[in-house]
Amino acid sequence: MSDENRTDDSDVQPVPDPEVDSEQTRTDDDPEDAAAAHSANIARWQDLSEEELEPVQVGERRGMFGATRGQDTSGYGGLVTPTLFPGASPRPYGSYFDEVADALGTALTESVGYHDAVERVVVDRGEMTLFVAREHLLAVARALRDDPALRFEMCMGVSGVHFPGEAGRELHAVHHLISVTHGGRRLRLEVTCPDDDPHVPSVVEVWPGADWHERETWDMFGIVFDGHPALTRILMPDDWPGHPQRKDYPLGGIPVEYKGGTVPPPDERRAYT
Amino acid sequence: MTTHEHDTIYDDSAPSPGLDPSLPGADPYGASVDDGAEGATVLSASGGDWNDLVDEATALHEERIVVNMGPQHPSTHGVLRLILELDGETVTEARAGIGYLHTGIEKNMEFRTWTQGVTFCTRMDYLMPMFQEAAYCLGIEKLLGITDQIPERASVIRVMMMELTRVSSHLICLGTGGMELGATTVMTVGFRERERILRVIEAITGLRMNNAYIRPGGVAQDVPHGAVDMIREVVGELRRGIGELEKLLNENPILKGRTVGVGYLDLTGCIALGITGPVLRSTGLPHDLRKTDPYCGYETYDFEVITRTGCDAYDRLRNRIDEMYESLRIIEQTLDRLQRTEGQPVMVEDKKIAWPAQLAIGGDGQGNSLDHIREIMGTSMEALIHHFKLVTEGFRVPPGQAYVAIESAKGELGCHVVSDGGTRPYRAHFRDPSFNNLQAVAAMCEGGQVADVIVAVASIDPVMGGVDR
Repeated sequence: MSDENRTDDSDVQPVPDPEVDSEQTRTDDDPEDAAAAHSANIARWQDLSEEELEPVQVGERRGMFGATRGQDTSGYGGLVTPTLFPGASPRPYGSYFDEVADALGTALTESVGYHDAVERVVVDRGEMTLFVAREHLLAVARALRDDPALRFEMCMGVSGVHFPGEAGRELHAVHHLISVTHGGRRLRLEVTCPDDDPHVPSVVEVWPGADWHERETWDMFGIVFDGHPALTRILMPDDWPGHPQRKDYPLGGIPVEYKGGTVPPPDERRAYT
Repeated sequence: MTTHEHDTIYDDSAPSPGLDPSLPGADPYGASVDDGAEGATVLSASGGDWNDLVDEATALHEERIVVNMGPQHPSTHGVLRLILELDGETVTEARAGIGYLHTGIEKNMEFRTWTQGVTFCTRMDYLMPMFQEAAYCLGIEKLLGITDQIPERASVIRVMMMELTRVSSHLICLGTGGMELGATTVMTVGFRERERILRVIEAITGLRMNNAYIRPGGVAQDVPHGAVDMIREVVGELRRGIGELEKLLNENPILKGRTVGVGYLDLTGCIALGITGPVLRSTGLPHDLRKTDPYCGYETYDFEVITRTGCDAYDRLRNRIDEMYESLRIIEQTLDRLQRTEGQPVMVEDKKIAWPAQLAIGGDGQGNSLDHIREIMGTSMEALIHHFKLVTEGFRVPPGQAYVAIESAKGELGCHVVSDGGTRPYRAHFRDPSFNNLQAVAAMCEGGQVADVIVAVASIDPVMGGVDR
């Protein structure tokens, strides 16, 4: 249960090593001080317009029952329902989200500017999402990792989402960050790019752990992460055509006969999506 | 194994033993003439003659050799392919190649209802199915906004199942890890103890693995009568078994010789590479999502986060052993709560989400609840319609996205679920800890010996089902 049985404890240094981590070597990154310094900035936040607060349409659904293969005999086939994702959130965001936004605003003042870099802040279901302009992603990532009041030192993964109906923003790369320093705070960065220019800067130089995640997202969605050290396929074979997780890529499959009946592959079955 | 000019020309006058010399080209698996005519890419996976390789190496006057370890190597944990550049016995460069077990689970989930998705994601990391199910269901519940409505008993059962799975996953890690070092006894003890847990899980869910037991809104089935007593007994047996494993391993000079200082990765390296779980805790950082970001009521349980500071394979192994004891502590606490909440619901009250009925013991051992069938077939047309709609169509989830992370046996298991308002996941992405942690292979292995690669990989404990999904 404990270390008492270990005989070689004498040469094991505790982490952090006291020789390289002392009062002299430490930088002034007390999160409390930094947070207090940022709190003066609240006044300069712009009010959001009505339009920005509106939900964002990312696609549309047709019919009442989702059957799309001519089998909808319900008479509701002409119905069109927009798929609405939550729009920008007004201040205050609640929880630690205001503090994060303030700190990021201060950290970005000298470089790119908060309002240029962060297109939209969405607080939904207790999670904060920053929609970042792709040309400023690296600056935001660096500020998030390095600023003492932010310290999102780990990127837990990069995931892709494909919205074919959202013109000009079809591909989303979603980064999930965690700050161990600040007790497990989480933040989501979302970067979008159009289908015909699927380029997003790579964050591998900021978070090396994003390496494989970006390769997976390239493999599955075809998002090119510029600046990635070796952007190759990771799950599919190297010569595989297409990017399987995109919505225009068919699931595939063959009909299966079972007890005299035939079951079509899952993407051809009648469905109620 | 290596590339040289004669790779695809099969006119060897002396074919390798084992190949039928009567076949054209001597290599039945090589490229045929037709392949070349179509202009298709021909990828030949056959190796060369060992003598050619030795001649080549001798001609180059160096010991440098590139070896493909895997994907069919027994000690690389399934179909992991390690590409090692060796200088004598020293590994100068190590790369991991994955993807051999990619089954497109995430894509498949987009074509099933939210509830059916559980059946798919449980097969990802097949040694810790409960964690995938729990992460996915917590994600759906967050999207639905019903996190607070999950009944206490369901959460208690979830915690119990997750902790049982953690113990069984760690036992496999130690068992196969021991086997890879050549210690078969460690394997037999580990698997014997795991078998006890699988028996419990089978008694509760009906299946040993791939359970699909945790469902959106709760769990599929209440624990059967007698389960609490059975688990109490098994916990005692597990304590003895893990004790046996501890006596076998902790101060074993051979094991210490092979693991102490091997697979070194310090805190800086872990943070940079996003490594979590026992590997991160072996650097002294007590990061455990059950404490920092509790879910399923973990904040109400009494347990310790185990850390050590050696940053090596030995400390990871010791961490895992101690974590098993902590898990057993949690399991015992859940048993008391199970007794207290006897008879309470294990599914949310909302009938538009909760599965219409639980299973019952039928003539064949397990089957549909006869009471429920009597109700929907005999008395209530509305109940029949409701059952049919919910089971075939599923429930709708409001548009949006959610990311839920839980502390699995191997580190942070994250589930990113996106809904477009339909009855199926628009996107379900799993951040598998093994996938991320395998990135550390290069950092852990380079500069070490070939034999240390096995130890380092075993200390990461990757499961390729989860890595490739």
